[in-house]
Amino acid sequence: MSDANMVIYLKVWRQANGAAEGKFVDYKVDTVSPDMSFLEMFDVLNNELVKKGEDPIAFDHDCREGICGMCSMMINGKAHGGQLNTTTCQLHMRKFKSGDSIVVEPWRSRAFPLVKDLAVDRSAFDKIIQAGGYVSASTGNAPDANANLIPKTIADIAMDAAACIGCGACVASCPNGSAMLFMGAKISQLAVLPQGEPESAKRTLNMVKTHDELLFGNCTNHAECVATCPKGISMEHIARMNREYTKATFSYFEPKNAGGAG
Amino acid sequence: MSGAVTTFLRSSIGRKQLIAVSGLLLCGFLVAHLAGNVLLLVGSDAFNIYAYKLHQLGPLLYVAEAGLVALFGGHLALAMKLTWENKVARGQKYYVKNRTGRGETIMSATMPYTGLIILVFLVLHIIQFKYGPYYSTEVDGVMMRDLYKTVIEYFASPLNTAWYVVAMFAAAVHTSHGFASSFQSFGWNHPKWMPGVKSIGVIYAIAVGGGFALITILLHVKGA
Ligand code: HEM
Ligand code: FES
Repeated sequence: MSDANMVIYLKVWRQANGAAEGKFVDYKVDTVSPDMSFLEMFDVLNNELVKKGEDPIAFDHDCREGICGMCSMMINGKAHGGQLNTTTCQLHMRKFKSGDSIVVEPWRSRAFPLVKDLAVDRSAFDKIIQAGGYVSASTGNAPDANANLIPKTIADIAMDAAACIGCGACVASCPNGSAMLFMGAKISQLAVLPQGEPESAKRTLNMVKTHDELLFGNCTNHAECVATCPKGISMEHIARMNREYTKATFSYFEPKNAGGAG
Repeated sequence: MSGAVTTFLRSSIGRKQLIAVSGLLLCGFLVAHLAGNVLLLVGSDAFNIYAYKLHQLGPLLYVAEAGLVALFGGHLALAMKLTWENKVARGQKYYVKNRTGRGETIMSATMPYTGLIILVFLVLHIIQFKYGPYYSTEVDGVMMRDLYKTVIEYFASPLNTAWYVVAMFAAAVHTSHGFASSFQSFGWNHPKWMPGVKSIGVIYAIAVGGGFALITILLHVKGA
């Protein structure tokens, strides 16, 4: 631990609940260590608030190691602070200077209603997944690792897409509040693999339908989502979703007569 | 089947792809239009005969014009709806708006604005030339409209010329994002090809926007 303390001036969005009026409140935190994460600075501040009998700032967090995607914060206008491939919990205070003023806002999107302060409700993502982001075939016991031969390049594409932690930074930073990078990743990770490919058409149709119904915006290819994605998900996954969608529209149909065996 | 198509046309991705198809076809139209404009530099007869021959096409010309109206109208209507819906989806504005600098560009951020400039331009453009001052001329014993004179007269004014250059700049900015963007919208983003498509988009934008602007400036010099 470095012993030189930093002083940080925070301007934090406070709002009691979704229906309440919100406002920015200024805080001064003067016991910040450069080795702290951005969230740990909030822990320090919240401790002080609790000691003073004030309401601590609500913010989402869980793993604090960059894998759960909970730590949603708009820091100085950039999702997770805008450092390449970094979540808020992995952002360190040494990236700031003592005396810096930092504005912290919640994710803003019509599809992510505010819960309290910096915490927003991202269950719209769950609804998109529930619409088809899974494989419904029963697979039995774990198969032998080499039973399905998948080229390394394909496995890599699926893995890159599967790196998505559903944090919502893409929606938060998209000028259109679109969830297409998230959805593209979820469609892509399954579409390229033999286990997911058979249901790709139906999955894509249902997920896009749900995305649109949830009032997310539409992609206009700014790639601001890619720029702030802590996992570096690329535009190619949105492209794959786009072509899967077109293909599905013109090829997918529900079979009329199920069965007929006997 | 028709149900699937309707769903597609109502969906976010389907409508985006319609904007992309119409946008790319309009990009193609601009190339054809620019090729015609080159005749303005060849001479008055060459240009007037070209315009005359286009009009000789009769019903075919009406079909082409109807197609263009549909392309522009469709592109515009869908683009405006898109812009509006996206604005609503964004929700409450951020107090600090800050881009990473790695995503959004000035070109992509201004699509609706450059599009509107093109729209205003388009309406004025048709009023100024198609329904503009009518002169007649005789080329090789055939009476025809002297559209060349209408054009030269118009660009004699430095103000008119400047406005055209501004509008063409807007068209260049619009297509420099739009061209490659439409490939992404179709889903044709391949790591091997996309950098090339992006470069072609920028070259297209500079060549077409710059080409139109250059011709108007040359006509201004000629006519003033
Ligand atoms: C000659 C005229 C025009 C050409 C060549 C053109 C071309 C394009 C292209 C290629 C795209 C990309 C489509 C995509 O990414 O999917 C586009 C998008 C768009 N255009 Fe146009 N356009 C023209 C006129 C207009 C007009 C008159 C407007 C009107 C108001 C307009 C507004 C838009 C908007 C808002 C978008 C969507 C932005 C985006 O997806 O990033 N355009 N245009
Ligand atoms: S808290 Fe889990 S990713 Fe940041």
